[in-house]
Amino acid sequence: MYFETWSAVWQMDGHGPYVWAAYSLTAFVIFLLIASPWFRARQLTQALRDDAHRRAAKASLTGENHASEA
Amino acid sequence: MLPELGTFLRFQAQRHLQAALRRPGDIVGPLIFFLMVVTLFPLGLGPDPAVLAALSPGILWVVALLSSLVVSGRLFQSDYEDGTLEQLALSPHPLALSAMVEVFCHWLLSGMSLALVSPVFAGLLNMPTQAMPVLMSSLALGTLCLSLIGAVAASLTVALRRGGVLLSLLSIPLTVPVLIFGTAAVREAALGYDPTSWLALLGALAAGGCVLAPFAIAAGLRISLEA
Amino acid sequence: MWSIVHKMGSPPWFYRFANRAIAWLLPIVLLALVVGSIWGLLIAPPDYRQGNSYRIIFIHVPAAVVALAGYYVMATAGLMSLVWKIKMADTAMRALAPVGAALTFIALVTGSIWGKPTWGAWWVWDARITSMLILFFLYLGVMALSEAFDNKAAAAKACAVLSLVGTVNIPIIYKSVDWWYSLHQPASIKFTGESAIDTSMLYPLLLMILAFYGLFALSVLLRMRTELLLTYRQSAWLNAEVS
Repeated sequence: MYFETWSAVWQMDGHGPYVWAAYSLTAFVIFLLIASPWFRARQLTQALRDDAHRRAAKASLTGENHASEA
Repeated sequence: MLPELGTFLRFQAQRHLQAALRRPGDIVGPLIFFLMVVTLFPLGLGPDPAVLAALSPGILWVVALLSSLVVSGRLFQSDYEDGTLEQLALSPHPLALSAMVEVFCHWLLSGMSLALVSPVFAGLLNMPTQAMPVLMSSLALGTLCLSLIGAVAASLTVALRRGGVLLSLLSIPLTVPVLIFGTAAVREAALGYDPTSWLALLGALAAGGCVLAPFAIAAGLRISLEA
Repeated sequence: MWSIVHKMGSPPWFYRFANRAIAWLLPIVLLALVVGSIWGLLIAPPDYRQGNSYRIIFIHVPAAVVALAGYYVMATAGLMSLVWKIKMADTAMRALAPVGAALTFIALVTGSIWGKPTWGAWWVWDARITSMLILFFLYLGVMALSEAFDNKAAAAKACAVLSLVGTVNIPIIYKSVDWWYSLHQPASIKFTGESAIDTSMLYPLLLMILAFYGLFALSVLLRMRTELLLTYRQSAWLNAEVS
């Protein structure tokens, strides 16, 4: 490690605010880039699964009705 | 019976030129726009002749670029609306060539007329007289490039209802080299240097554009017709 | 070679491929980004001229490099979609533009922040920054065009044509901006000169460039997977794949 103390890490000889602002903004954009399609995909797969369950339940329900009629 | 390619293209050119000449307002309008925007600069920057002369190459070129963008939105519009474009796409003659005829006619009436009257506007901004021929030739070559870029953007946006802003959004980044070479040529001439290399670069852009743009324009028009 | 292209073009195959690739890439990319950042921020020595502000280079340069390369990747996808009519190339086009724009945005903002301690101004019309800004506009143009069409296939084809036109223009734009800059500012200040970079700074920089390439691939795959889930939500293979 180049720096001696943690406060030296934050200060960076006066350049700290610039460096840390640049890094945190980049981290935020990267987080958005990864998280937004990730959660959207999770939401979409969940919706597809729910639909499949509903269809399966409906199919078994109508199947039972047919059985009781016979 | 379909005429041969040469005759066909001549007919197309006649059709475009006649239609444009029947509405002279469409040719004069952009020039008046140019005049009005040039008037805004002394009002905004102050009437100091030295300042205006120093800024005049940039001002004239930026205004020329804007007015060229404004008019290129009309390219292909009427042909798209009345179905002529569909006929041209179906004809055995290449769509790229018939589209290029329209671009050339458009350039003759908008870009060339702008280049021809530009010394008047340059005089308003106190530009040195020795730069005027260079201004005219750089605008003549540059507006051809701008018309080609505008035509590519117009071919992609002609089917869209809100194509106007989008057309500028697509064109402006592509027009950067034209603006740089054009202003550089006029600046060098105004300072008394030799502007030939910058004019040659503009000519190279125009020549390259004339070779490559037709393919993009034809592809864009076909996509717009399918959409 | 061609069998891979054919497989790539098949949405079910690509969906499975994307799932597997994302599972691998996500931890690797995050780890590389964290290691590279710590290396660049804490371990690498400061620059003798710029002090510590140069540490922004470890995100600025990788973002800029990958953003520019991303435009060429987008144009290649456009060419594939126009010439071979590969469906996945259309999806790739739509996914690539926002990712490229985001990376260009990172490069622009970090460059601007870097400019404040270095040049004393938030924005300087330097040749490289100006070219980057124009690249950002090119990406925005592709995104706006793809949003403007109702028909997705037409949108992809239109974006393909636009990105190919942009690709032909990018070298001309970069060169012309270079000349423009040297014409107005005859080589007075140059920070990005030919000074050889020391290995203690070069290795973290290379790691970060690789990490950003990985990040680019990862976020494009994530977006393409989301797009597939939307487009094929009615089809049997996707339902079988999901449940």
